[in-house]
Amino acid sequence: MSETPAAMLPLAISGLVALSLALAILATIWPRQAHRIGGYGAVLMAAAVVTLSALFLAAGPEPENAATRVALGGWEAPLGVMLHLDGLSMTLLVLTGVVGLATSLYSLGYVHDPIERRQFWPLWLWLWAGLNMLLLSGDAFNLYISLEVVSLSAVALVAFTGTAAAVSGAMRYLLINILGSLSFLMGVVLLFGEHGVLDLVLLEARTEIGPTERMAAVLMTAGLMLKAALFPLHVWLAPAHGSAPAPVSAVLSGLVVTGSFYLILRLWMGPFAPLATPAFGILVGLLGVAALIWGSAQALRSGRLKSIVAYSTVAQFGYLLIAFPLMLVDSGAWKVVVFFAVVHALAKASVFLAAGTLQHAAGHDRLADMGAVLRARGRTVFALGLAGVSLMGLPFTGGFIAKYLLLEAGLSTILAGSLIGVLWVIAIAGGGLLAAGYVLRMVAPAFHRGPQNPGEAVSPWMDWVPLGLAVVAAAAGFAGTLTLHTLTLTPGAP
Amino acid sequence: MSDGGWLLLAILMSSLGPGLAIFFLPERRYGLRTLLNLGGAGTKLVLVGWLLVSVLRGDEYRLVLPLVPGIDFVLAADALSLLFATLSAVLWFVTTVYAIGYLEGSPRRSRFFGFFSLCVSATVGIALSGNLITLLIFYELLTLATWPLVVHRGTPAALRAGRLYLAYTLTSGLVLFTAIVWLTLLAGAESFVPGGYLGDLATTHETTLKVLFVMLMIGFGVKAALVPLHSWLPIAMVAPAPVSALLHAVAVVKAGAFGIVRVVNDVYGAEVAIELGLAAGLVVIAAITILYGSIQALRTDDLKQRLAFSTVSQVSYIVLGVALAGPLGVIGGLVHLVHQGITKITLFFCAGNFAETLGIHKISELDGVGRRMPLTMLAFTLGALGMIGLPPLAGFVTKWHLGLGALEAQFHWVLAVLVASSLLNAAYFLPPVIRGWLGERRTPWHEHMVEHSGPTRFETHWMLLVPTLFVAALSLLGGLLAGMSLSPLDWVTLIVERDYSIPGFAP
Repeated sequence: MSETPAAMLPLAISGLVALSLALAILATIWPRQAHRIGGYGAVLMAAAVVTLSALFLAAGPEPENAATRVALGGWEAPLGVMLHLDGLSMTLLVLTGVVGLATSLYSLGYVHDPIERRQFWPLWLWLWAGLNMLLLSGDAFNLYISLEVVSLSAVALVAFTGTAAAVSGAMRYLLINILGSLSFLMGVVLLFGEHGVLDLVLLEARTEIGPTERMAAVLMTAGLMLKAALFPLHVWLAPAHGSAPAPVSAVLSGLVVTGSFYLILRLWMGPFAPLATPAFGILVGLLGVAALIWGSAQALRSGRLKSIVAYSTVAQFGYLLIAFPLMLVDSGAWKVVVFFAVVHALAKASVFLAAGTLQHAAGHDRLADMGAVLRARGRTVFALGLAGVSLMGLPFTGGFIAKYLLLEAGLSTILAGSLIGVLWVIAIAGGGLLAAGYVLRMVAPAFHRGPQNPGEAVSPWMDWVPLGLAVVAAAAGFAGTLTLHTLTLTPGAP
Repeated sequence: MSDGGWLLLAILMSSLGPGLAIFFLPERRYGLRTLLNLGGAGTKLVLVGWLLVSVLRGDEYRLVLPLVPGIDFVLAADALSLLFATLSAVLWFVTTVYAIGYLEGSPRRSRFFGFFSLCVSATVGIALSGNLITLLIFYELLTLATWPLVVHRGTPAALRAGRLYLAYTLTSGLVLFTAIVWLTLLAGAESFVPGGYLGDLATTHETTLKVLFVMLMIGFGVKAALVPLHSWLPIAMVAPAPVSALLHAVAVVKAGAFGIVRVVNDVYGAEVAIELGLAAGLVVIAAITILYGSIQALRTDDLKQRLAFSTVSQVSYIVLGVALAGPLGVIGGLVHLVHQGITKITLFFCAGNFAETLGIHKISELDGVGRRMPLTMLAFTLGALGMIGLPPLAGFVTKWHLGLGALEAQFHWVLAVLVASSLLNAAYFLPPVIRGWLGERRTPWHEHMVEHSGPTRFETHWMLLVPTLFVAALSLLGGLLAGMSLSPLDWVTLIVERDYSIPGFAP
């Protein structure tokens, strides 16, 4: 091999995009084989992501020019379609690869009806391809397109079991998504009208603060907040989860909302950065505190396993909002936030998959009546507990390191003289306690005295994948250095 | 990886590995589970012994793994960590034998022994932690690993105790977490150093350091059951006897006390602690806890509950000794870490034997038990007298040094507390002893164990009796042989010599 890693990188990026699109298209035109395409494809995709990240790190780029930009079809910006890879997108691509692989393997066992398979796999592969595109897109219009691909396949996946509850949940989700997308699109149009470019890097270079930019920022952020289920725009989340199949819930809470959050972060670190003021930061932070309290309270009250997990997502995303005021004091704090989002996604996907296994075995997810199944399925409950520990932010897990770094950032704001930092610190620390409360609710019935009944048989995939993913979420505690290093390779970000 | 770090990692893995394997064992694999349990415990004993000899020879062991930039995971072996590590390795082995006998035939043993091993891994991790962050990691892991043991029986009372335990420990864990992150921001992620590493911060950040000290004491004080943070402990005794023994003698309360020792000796340092008036405050809290625990113990008829309140009281001797912050006091406190461990585990084993064999849970039911179970009663008597502090038993060595330490540190009133506490100890420990030997039995015994495993030649199952006698012998020897080299007292004196840099210091 005479090529250097840096020289091979553009090829690898195009290759990943091509692979994910090819899998989605193949599964669509060949639905009978879709589950095989999906199963082998998932392994292939994970391998491709690993290769890409190895190349990216081996290229050893300097933080200022770490971004690799590829013009598809040879058309350069501002006209053409630009792919854009840097430390931030690389990190989330790896996350998507890990969760995507786990979900695919789980689905091999979960979706076994031949007709359901033909519907599930093409949709899921489109969703995955959309996520990859989203993370690799360098311009606002492409981002919009991939966001739509992600949203529409997610809606279809929520509805795909065809039950009345599923369809109504999906309809609500669809409306929210359309609203969010339109809002985002209008922002894109405003920016295009003002500047005549869509490329984020070019936009960043040109933006001066005017009413158009403000308007665009509000529209795009609100649209994305809807899609990310960020408080107070989260109302669609729990109903959509209640009816969705387990792998869909895992992807929805683990990846889809994280993808929307990624976009918010990208925009506010890029073109909209000059718009952020301390007052704005504090407002967002307060929303985060409210999300944390409200989401946890709902999770502590709910009697259904899946809705506890869904509300936990609302609560945990509160941390991401609290991070905004922290970033205004310590601009490097965004890396901590991304690390938190990554370990949250891993743990949350694992919890949802474990909950799916238990629900399948019990035939329902009413926590009060699941005791016998929980007692008999120690392995799955162990996975639930281990991933739950990561959500609580206790050692040795990734959640602990993320919580440590968040707490450090919060305490730094106090030391920097900002009194409201006390509130952030209390929220960050106390949130773990609330999480402990609802995780305990899910796990405790397994320790009650009473009959044991393994319930309906589950496939080995459904038995082992949640545990495997929980172990990955826990082991992420040892990936802190690597992740933070990768994230520093993001140009333009402090 | 630094030199010799693998040995520390091996010690950690010797219980973690078998523990994780046990989780996946089917319930009926009795033989393999026992092999894993005893194999792990035995391996650890050998490895810790090796470490002990090497450290004595002057070898240094250290393992540093970066978690994120600026935060290292550090394992290190100093004299203090070895004191705790050895205690936990020896008592774990004994408790494992006891637990295998105790739980024979009961359901869910794989889960039990899995968490049991995790619990001990966390304890030895605490012992070997080289800095506050590592200590915090294992400390929280201990919380998580203990909860399933507390609720093991699955009864509503057990689950309630478990909830209370988590409420206390997780909340205090968060306070501790916040304090440690804050301290790290202020002073850096330093490793433990005898005499502390805060240096000039004591003058520049006086108030902050005081606040942080209080937060750290709340964090560690809950597990150490300092009044008023102790309420979870007497309720957690619904757990099976081996768990109570582990909780009270080795793992949980000791982890709290050990954390306090580390903070006072190796983070703040005695000088800073005295200078800021923190040591004096801690002395007062410890004294209150010592008296309060004893008074509560006197008021209850439930044997395990009396032992639990006695733990509240006795663990504070450790805190008291360290808070006195002079060489003699520290010797008294640290040696009690060992002495309280072996004595209290003896008493809990005895309580377990009484309950399992004859269904005795209350002191008022102990009448005449000495004739039915003379060996267990003998062990109980040794433990009780040791706790009271009668020479030449282990407890006496402790109290003697604590008294000297109080005089040295000019806390004369502490002597009165020690005397009062000894009298109270006698008041609540002598009645069960007297009833056991001299009481008159009127109703027949409920022979529990005999129903389960058929008549045995011994007074109870040998796996319950042998460990009990072994630890009873230890608590006798700890006092009798206190003057020998490598006795707990000798080892503690070595620690203090190194900490206070007084070569050849002899009390």
